[in-house]
Amino acid sequence: MGRRAKTAADPLPARKRSGLLHEIKKHYVLFLMVLPAIVYFIVFCYIPMPGVYIAFVNYNIGKGIFGSPFVGLKNFSFLIRTGKLWLITKNTLLYNLVFLALGNFFQIAFAIMLSEIACKPYKRVTQSVILLPNFISYVIVGVFAFNMFNYDYGFINSLLVSAGQARHAFYMDEGIWKYIIVAFKLWHDTGYGMIVYLAVITGMDQEIYEAAKIDGATEFQRIRYLTIPMLKSTFVMLFVFGLGGVLNGSFDLFYNLIGNNSVLFPQTDIIDTFVTRSLTGQFNFSQSAAVGFYQSLFGLILVLSINTIVRKVDPENALF
Amino acid sequence: MSRALKHSSLEQKNVPMRVVFYLLIGLFTLICLMPFLLMITSSFMDEHEIITEGYKLIPKSWSTAAYSYLLANPKKLVNAYKVTILITVVGTAVGLLLMSMTGYVLNRKDFKYRNAIAFFIYFTTLFSGGLVPKYLLYVKYLNLKDSIVSLILPGMLSAWSIFLMRNFMKSIPDSLYESANIDGAGDFRIYWQIFMPLAVPSLATVGLFTALGYWNEWYNAMLFITSSDKFPLQYYLQKVVNQTSVSKYINQGLTIDTASLPNQSIKMAVAVVATGPVVLFYPFVQRYFVSGLTIGSVKG
Repeated sequence: MGRRAKTAADPLPARKRSGLLHEIKKHYVLFLMVLPAIVYFIVFCYIPMPGVYIAFVNYNIGKGIFGSPFVGLKNFSFLIRTGKLWLITKNTLLYNLVFLALGNFFQIAFAIMLSEIACKPYKRVTQSVILLPNFISYVIVGVFAFNMFNYDYGFINSLLVSAGQARHAFYMDEGIWKYIIVAFKLWHDTGYGMIVYLAVITGMDQEIYEAAKIDGATEFQRIRYLTIPMLKSTFVMLFVFGLGGVLNGSFDLFYNLIGNNSVLFPQTDIIDTFVTRSLTGQFNFSQSAAVGFYQSLFGLILVLSINTIVRKVDPENALF
Repeated sequence: MSRALKHSSLEQKNVPMRVVFYLLIGLFTLICLMPFLLMITSSFMDEHEIITEGYKLIPKSWSTAAYSYLLANPKKLVNAYKVTILITVVGTAVGLLLMSMTGYVLNRKDFKYRNAIAFFIYFTTLFSGGLVPKYLLYVKYLNLKDSIVSLILPGMLSAWSIFLMRNFMKSIPDSLYESANIDGAGDFRIYWQIFMPLAVPSLATVGLFTALGYWNEWYNAMLFITSSDKFPLQYYLQKVVNQTSVSKYINQGLTIDTASLPNQSIKMAVAVVATGPVVLFYPFVQRYFVSGLTIGSVKG
């Protein structure tokens, strides 16, 4: 697409001078327009990159990153020995896989159901309300959790007490939080994915539906044999690229629900919460950086390998 | 969509299935609303009832004590609002200007380095130095500890929004640029006077996402901000909710009797006041969000 336009805009294609300097001279306004963004990404994204070196030193604030004593993989081996790295990796992977699987299931199910709703005002209102949680900060979600699960005043405990039951100490019960976390995640994200799938459904070729109707397909058959198969490719794409991010994410959700409540950590501590805590709580820069580097590196390897596979199977959908 | 309606009306109807669909959607809609309702009713509860019986969806007695207390001591809450509005307005305005310029340049097909720059930006989404180098950059090298600038800079430009912007610009015909170029308009003028007016819907979408990010900001405040007069709204709310007694974050002087403070309803009232603007604006701006979600997911 670029080649066609180039001949149209380049006044002197015969002069083959196309070095950087020449280009800057010709398009200096464009360079100036893009310069702030380039500087921004250099300063805030590229300059910190060599900083991963902190993971390999025993960081000392006074001596700086490159003046601190080099310790090799000691920070990593400490995290492996204590079992910490395995625990947070396992939690991160499991939560994200559940989020992906259940999330997509809910999103597809509600998209299909919503697409079958004929009453327009009902459809419009419910769709808007289901999307609303997506715009609410996880700080508010943390407030909701407090509102519902607090020991002394929580809504659930107030229901339990009025039903003659004993209070439940939610914030001491590590087993229950995986369900609460998944529930809030679904609450927050279903609307977003639902809109994406709904857009795919409404963009489908209506003639196939017409043909199915003439052939006497029932409503259920139409959903089962037309809508669901046609959503498959979108689902596979979203799922596969979701897999690329299974080491990151949802820090806001976990931090606001769990905070620094260490009773709940065995089942709720993920990579991002561990990294943030060791930086803001314990000021253990090197350990925090070691986990961060491990996460970035394996995340990159994951995305690159998934993209390579996608490019082989279905080049149209590859990211790059 | 009208065609879909027409054909389903001709089709033999599966009534039980439809009823189930209506009910499930209705149920999930109520579940989505429930936490908001509980938060609102809790904020209007009588403190004594909360302490003895807990938060309720339908309280026995209603009280506006929490709100009158906030109205009487508004200084800290108003201050948090001011910080949030400041970072939202400045961050969104500067971010939109820079991102739209970048999107425009990346879409200029005669600009030789556009793909190289696009990859340069894209790569930042694949690999990052992680939290610690970022933290040290802000605190040690840029000296932004406890500065409001540290709340504005991190979310100002996003690779995702830049590509969204570029994809929107792709839909503007190149011939417009070419004819303006022949008329002698410079690159910046073409961007500002021709592309920007046409890109208003995309500016609205990207602007709203950026603004929402700033409105919901608390993470950078947790990392960088130490003085409470620079807390943004969400971080302030987080602090208030996590205190047993809210007096530290509400009271202006020491004259108030802290024992009579309606602590638990104030927490919910602050949450209502912090969420209010998003919920109130939401119906009017929803379509821009939806167009951003669908376009962003189709082509990232």
